[in-house]
Amino acid sequence: MQETTSNPRIVEIRQNVLKKNDLLARGLRKRFLDAGVYVTNLVSSPGAGKTTLLTEVLTRLGQRYRVAALVGDLATENDAERLRKSGAQVRQITTGTVCHLEAEMVERNLEGWDMRDIDFLFIENVGNLVCPASYDLGENERVVLFSVTEGEDKPVKYPTIVNSADLAVITKVDLAEAVGFQRERFYEALSEVRPGIPVLEVSARSGEGIDEWVSHLETAKRSCKEMVSTS
Amino acid sequence: MHELSIAQSLVELAIEAAADAGIKPVKAVHLKLGTLSGVVKESLEFSFDIVTEGTPLEGARLVIEEVPVKVFCPDCREAHVLPEPFPMRCPVCGVKTGQVLEGREIELYALEGGEGDAGDDVESTDR
Ligand SMILES: [Zn+2]
Repeated sequence: MQETTSNPRIVEIRQNVLKKNDLLARGLRKRFLDAGVYVTNLVSSPGAGKTTLLTEVLTRLGQRYRVAALVGDLATENDAERLRKSGAQVRQITTGTVCHLEAEMVERNLEGWDMRDIDFLFIENVGNLVCPASYDLGENERVVLFSVTEGEDKPVKYPTIVNSADLAVITKVDLAEAVGFQRERFYEALSEVRPGIPVLEVSARSGEGIDEWVSHLETAKRSCKEMVSTS
Repeated sequence: MHELSIAQSLVELAIEAAADAGIKPVKAVHLKLGTLSGVVKESLEFSFDIVTEGTPLEGARLVIEEVPVKVFCPDCREAHVLPEPFPMRCPVCGVKTGQVLEGREIELYALEGGEGDAGDDVESTDR
């Protein structure tokens, strides 16, 4: 057997594999904070009604604030086109084959935008309930959306993303009765994977819950600002 | 599937770390993977072999240690490992808790080097 003292056999490294992403995200978070931008990262399955809902929220918020959105998608500009109708500044991030957004993509796509001109920034992640969970984008709040048409046990099927979220939003609640949505079962499933998570029920069609979401955002932004001024 | 991106980040980090620590060749890459990391072990292993091709890490083994979820129970005022990642309840008193202490990590834990002697087994060098 050869002597191998010149070469260590095992060296402890202990580094986060997503270190690069997390460092970038930290930089973004500081940049947003300094400029007073409140950032929301929206995650859901395809078809949960993210874009429709976001158009509503942007329109509502846009009456009093400067709003912007980054929209992640594998291809096409369709979602961005729809969102632009709200009057917000919108940019599409086309990821190609990548099924989630990374901090670097966010940073790159903010180029040319003056952060001081934005009050609320929404990042619509790629429609996927698995991959976006691992990537911090420097957001203030991660929101996971489920529609009533997806069934009550969806949170249990995608626990990782729910566990990493700060707020859950149930969409298309105007259809709840028609599809036989069992509210209690859904709430129970949510609390199995993320006890204590706040929940909002909304409908882009009826307008239900949109005001609540808007005031939630306003409050969150205000407390964010207070945090900065007292620190 | 984001395991390919994760494998890419892992390999870049490992190559850097190996150079810093002067480990050449790298025989194995040890990774700690939390059950709440959102990463599928098998996909990552598959991606690792693809990503290492043609790099200084080619031929290195990926050794994954799965890290279970550890939560803090506000009632027991203690940390407990969950037998299953869900439900998120204290396994001792049954109280629901979302305070995750461990189980989210994707950590390059260690690098294993050697003299490049293919027949040289890791465990056989006890002196
Ligand atoms: Zn307990």
